[in-house]
Amino acid sequence: MSEITSDLVRHLAGLARIDLNEDEVARFTEQLSLIVDSVAKISNAIDANTPVTSHPIPLANVFREDVVKPSLTQEQALSGAPDSGQGRFRVAAILDEE
Amino acid sequence: MSELIRKNASELLDLMARGEVSSVEVTKAHLDQIAKVGDAVHSFLHISAESALATAQEVDRRRSTGEILPALAGLPIAVKDNLTTTDAPTTAGSKILEGWIAPYDATVVTKLRNELMPILGKTNLDEFAMGSSTEFSAYGPSKNPWDLSRIPGGSGGGSSSVVSSFQAPMAIGSDTGGSIRFPGAVTGTVGIKPTYGAVSRYGLIALASSLDQIGPVARNVLDAAYLQDAIAGHDPHDSTSLTSSLGSMVEAAKNGSLKGKKVGLIKQLSGAGFQQGVRNRFAEALKLLTDAGAEIVEVDCPSFEYAIDAYYLILPAEASSNLAKFDSVRFGMRVTPEGNPTIERVMAATREAGFGPEVKRRIILGTYALSAGSFDKFYGAALKVRTLIQRDFDAAFAKADVLVSPTAPTTAFKFGEKVSDPLAMYLNDIATIPANLAGIPGISVPIGLADEDNLPVGIQFLAPAHKDAALYEVGAALEGILEGIWGKRMMDFAPELEVN
Repeated sequence: MSEITSDLVRHLAGLARIDLNEDEVARFTEQLSLIVDSVAKISNAIDANTPVTSHPIPLANVFREDVVKPSLTQEQALSGAPDSGQGRFRVAAILDEE
Repeated sequence: MSELIRKNASELLDLMARGEVSSVEVTKAHLDQIAKVGDAVHSFLHISAESALATAQEVDRRRSTGEILPALAGLPIAVKDNLTTTDAPTTAGSKILEGWIAPYDATVVTKLRNELMPILGKTNLDEFAMGSSTEFSAYGPSKNPWDLSRIPGGSGGGSSSVVSSFQAPMAIGSDTGGSIRFPGAVTGTVGIKPTYGAVSRYGLIALASSLDQIGPVARNVLDAAYLQDAIAGHDPHDSTSLTSSLGSMVEAAKNGSLKGKKVGLIKQLSGAGFQQGVRNRFAEALKLLTDAGAEIVEVDCPSFEYAIDAYYLILPAEASSNLAKFDSVRFGMRVTPEGNPTIERVMAATREAGFGPEVKRRIILGTYALSAGSFDKFYGAALKVRTLIQRDFDAAFAKADVLVSPTAPTTAFKFGEKVSDPLAMYLNDIATIPANLAGIPGISVPIGLADEDNLPVGIQFLAPAHKDAALYEVGAALEGILEGIWGKRMMDFAPELEVN
């Protein structure tokens, strides 16, 4: 049985900054339980000595010359922002007032 | 229907080069078809008629002065809407980006512009390319031109339906687990996922960065080859893009051959559990390969059994991280709850309102796979399975030049059939996912219609990394044999679209 509970789904949604409604919590709890139970069988395929592969093609560090090149203007960088002012992104308060 | 739109891209290029038809005429013919069938098929999220015609006019003007133009100049194309464009909105099929205009062009878009290709518009996709049917697009699904009650595949169902309904001769797709090849298979078109890194991902809105690859969508193998040659190449903006050239795909497609080729039949994907009509066409195709001088050898890839499971841990893990950028600060939607909310509550309200169900499901699954306590058991284990899959491919390619399987277990299914059952939906990609996990190239080529539903079936060839040319060689050869038998092209079997 999977360990996916509605409380866990609420917790994960909180970490992912998604304000799920209760219908979604119920539906995702059920669906994610099925998915997690299904994918958990990968543990049968591997052992402690199997190396991990995080990337399909071997790559070494890729460097470039440290020179200034043309990039977005401040106006372009702000062009898609929902709110901006004085050349900056404008957002709600970071900290609660209390 | 204008005769022009039924022509292959390579034929249109010849006609334009000889001055028998202008780019404006070709572009107008496709815009007329978009006006005629566009609403019924719902392939486009944005149509750029004016700028496409302006590009076409420029091509005609420059050609008339005798200027030597790029290879694909004047040929119209459609672009999947997860590639950024400065002159048209980019939504990735999501409400959270509705109306957003990117401040820069994707490298692939820049290359299309440099080729002087009129860009007809942006094509529909499952939200952030998460899905196999376009039913998860926030803007409604695209339809399969072979049967409007069925899915055109996904996530690139906009691009596959555009090309299969003659609204564009070719299109750009992106393939993370089959999003080019599966739509190709179910719409009777050709789709290719190049080797990882062959095409720059700069400006592609990332789904899973270690799996994503941009590639061509076309109605035949040679046309796809022209497009891959135009979009491939190193890009300093994408540090994962390959620094070495893979050679000319057009050359490979024109010299298609099966003689002496060793074709590995993947034991785990040889059709068990697949739809009977898919198995029948696949078996016939194998016979044709043998008749043409190829040798079929069976290869064993035992770890493929775990490919979907590993994929549905790696992809959500990477996606949950990539999609953190949609935070209501720098671009896209912002929803501010009542009262005096903190930014954290604004983000959570925005992401709740802006993301659809599949995106939320995968972000939460990915957050789980990466969380302390689950990391080794899920994400870490999936990365180990990835190693095993690569080893299976290495062993298989020691015995064979290319591998072969059906592209998908079924033909196009009906809308609503799988949308509420995520696990059933995920199985569509069972044959396509291993290539993404290993970074190798794959092609889907149409091989006829299934007996039970008269819908297209695709065959998939896979090649070792960097050997994309081998796919074009065998794909073009098999296509040529089939067209010889049929006496026509695959899309000539398609029924006339019923539009009001």
